[in-house]
Amino acid sequence: MEQPGTSQEPLLLGSSGDSLREAFGKSLVTLADRYDNFVVLDADVAGGTGTHHFRRAYPKRFFQFGIAEQNMMAVAAGMAATGLVPFVTTFAVFCLRAYEQARLSVAYAGRNVKIVASHPGLDVGPDGGSAQALEDLAAFRAIPGMVVVSPADPLEVEQATEAILNYNGPVYMRTGRSPVLRVLPADYSFELGKGKIIQDGIDATIVACGVELARALTAADLLARESISARVVNMSTIKPIDDELLAKCALETGCIVTAEDHNIYGGLGSAVAESLVGNHLCPAEMVGIKDRFGESGEPEELAEKYGITADYICKAVKKAITRKQY
Amino acid sequence: MKKLCGCMILFFHMIKVSSCKIRLVFTTNNKKDSELQLMKLACNIRIGCMTAIFHAGSGHPGGALSCADLMAYLWDQEIRFDKNNSEWEGRDRFILSKGHACPALYAAAAEMGVISRSQLITLRKLGSPLQGHPHVKALPWVETSTGSLGQGFSVAVGMAMGLRYQHNDARIYVMLGDGELQEGEVWEGAMCAAHYKLDNLCAVIDYNQMQSDDLNQNIMAVEPLRAKWEAFNWNVIEINGHDFSEIERAFNLARECYSKPTVIIAHTIKGKGISYMEGSPLWHGSVKLSHDDMVKGLQDLGVNETDIRRYIDGTAWN
Repeated sequence: MEQPGTSQEPLLLGSSGDSLREAFGKSLVTLADRYDNFVVLDADVAGGTGTHHFRRAYPKRFFQFGIAEQNMMAVAAGMAATGLVPFVTTFAVFCLRAYEQARLSVAYAGRNVKIVASHPGLDVGPDGGSAQALEDLAAFRAIPGMVVVSPADPLEVEQATEAILNYNGPVYMRTGRSPVLRVLPADYSFELGKGKIIQDGIDATIVACGVELARALTAADLLARESISARVVNMSTIKPIDDELLAKCALETGCIVTAEDHNIYGGLGSAVAESLVGNHLCPAEMVGIKDRFGESGEPEELAEKYGITADYICKAVKKAITRKQY
Repeated sequence: MKKLCGCMILFFHMIKVSSCKIRLVFTTNNKKDSELQLMKLACNIRIGCMTAIFHAGSGHPGGALSCADLMAYLWDQEIRFDKNNSEWEGRDRFILSKGHACPALYAAAAEMGVISRSQLITLRKLGSPLQGHPHVKALPWVETSTGSLGQGFSVAVGMAMGLRYQHNDARIYVMLGDGELQEGEVWEGAMCAAHYKLDNLCAVIDYNQMQSDDLNQNIMAVEPLRAKWEAFNWNVIEINGHDFSEIERAFNLARECYSKPTVIIAHTIKGKGISYMEGSPLWHGSVKLSHDDMVKGLQDLGVNETDIRRYIDGTAWN
């Protein structure tokens, strides 16, 4: 049987990989032996969040809470108080349901709890608007001390899962529902709090996170055909945001476009804008969902309808470039 | 090797037991003395609540006074703790899920020597560790931060699960208000604790029948309480929350119960001990105690004129 995790050769770039949620579930199994202090909490969606892999491999470290997320979140805080490191896992919308527990019992009390949410954004697809969390990054970013992470591909999910385990404090991490492509090179190294330049360019910088990174890379290729050189940054830590890298990109490329599968209010775009205002002003455009709820459809259909495909990123880049002052 | 391990386990167990505060068990001979001692302790807690809230200029006296007797028993007789080491792993955990009643918790801690009595008059003031609702980062021994009803209860369930998972036999005590039972999270937690058979968990309901605006029954009825908890598969004990022999019996029964969590439904009187507050919901919410309120209240608690003046000018504990 094929073993998940680090022992496996990384899939080739661009090949069809696991969904981010499956990558997360397998990462937990890979990490379990080396980190014997973490436990996994689920609210009857282990099949959906990828934690079914962990449940099968480590049943005694897996705790079921039924469909009761508020209790699960605060229980996690209690477990953390006894020295365990709990991973609270459910869908992103249901993390919002337990938001106040995450605020008070987890973050305010300073507990080392990892909240890992699958099914964020339009990427959820057919389940429709009720299930597509477009507000989670904004909501969790607003909690003092909460670190917010949104990895882009299965390799990064594995690295980020270990990194957040090594970080002592509350973290919210987004995975994803749909199968994704491998977009990061095998020598990629995730660092909490750091953005990474995945592809260099001089005319504009596209800053993306999560599933939007693949679209940003496609956009950069499309722009290259029109002789526009776009830099692509994977900003997988949304909070704390990498101010230094953003200032450098603003200085070197003169404009920035953000791309996220999230409401344009409060998520990556806002975080980048806040950073630019405070450090190095430059024209910026935001690609994301324009303050609407989603609906049923396949992720790519929804991305087109709601304006977050590579084409929309290209348009935003061109607009940002025209706004540059020479 | 096996024998050596056994010896070591016994050795560590002895260390643990020897560092515990031994639970005092009443005998027929000293029962009266112990009860008098507890009554005095509860009275001091009530004086502490009144003085702290008076100096703060705001606070919730009604629900603090109703649980003062329970708090006295818990801290003096039931909870194992080391006042010099709030991190001691073998300590029992106490969580005040009805966080607004924290003046009673702070006053009890002052009586136990966990904090100084003089600190009580810093309640709710800038820079004070005595926050308006208990905050674990300000005061590590409060175990968790509360102030949003229902959450402390779930946190207690999590501690019970976490300690059991790590083979730690400490017990977890959590105090809830009756209005708090209207939070859906409480019943999520109740289901969970029974599902996991958490017999290391003991919940206490300060059942004074009143909440912020009015009687429970006029706001949102919580009855039948016993039937609800029994239906959730808990061991239910119903007592008079101002009678120390009943309180003692309840906690003893809770400790002897296996494979079920215990809830003690303690019937109490809101504002207990202060004549003008007793049974009145007017004193639930964050209120300001006037000079006259304070004089009358402390008179009800049997404090003499000289000491009343000292509590009012804040010099009583200097």
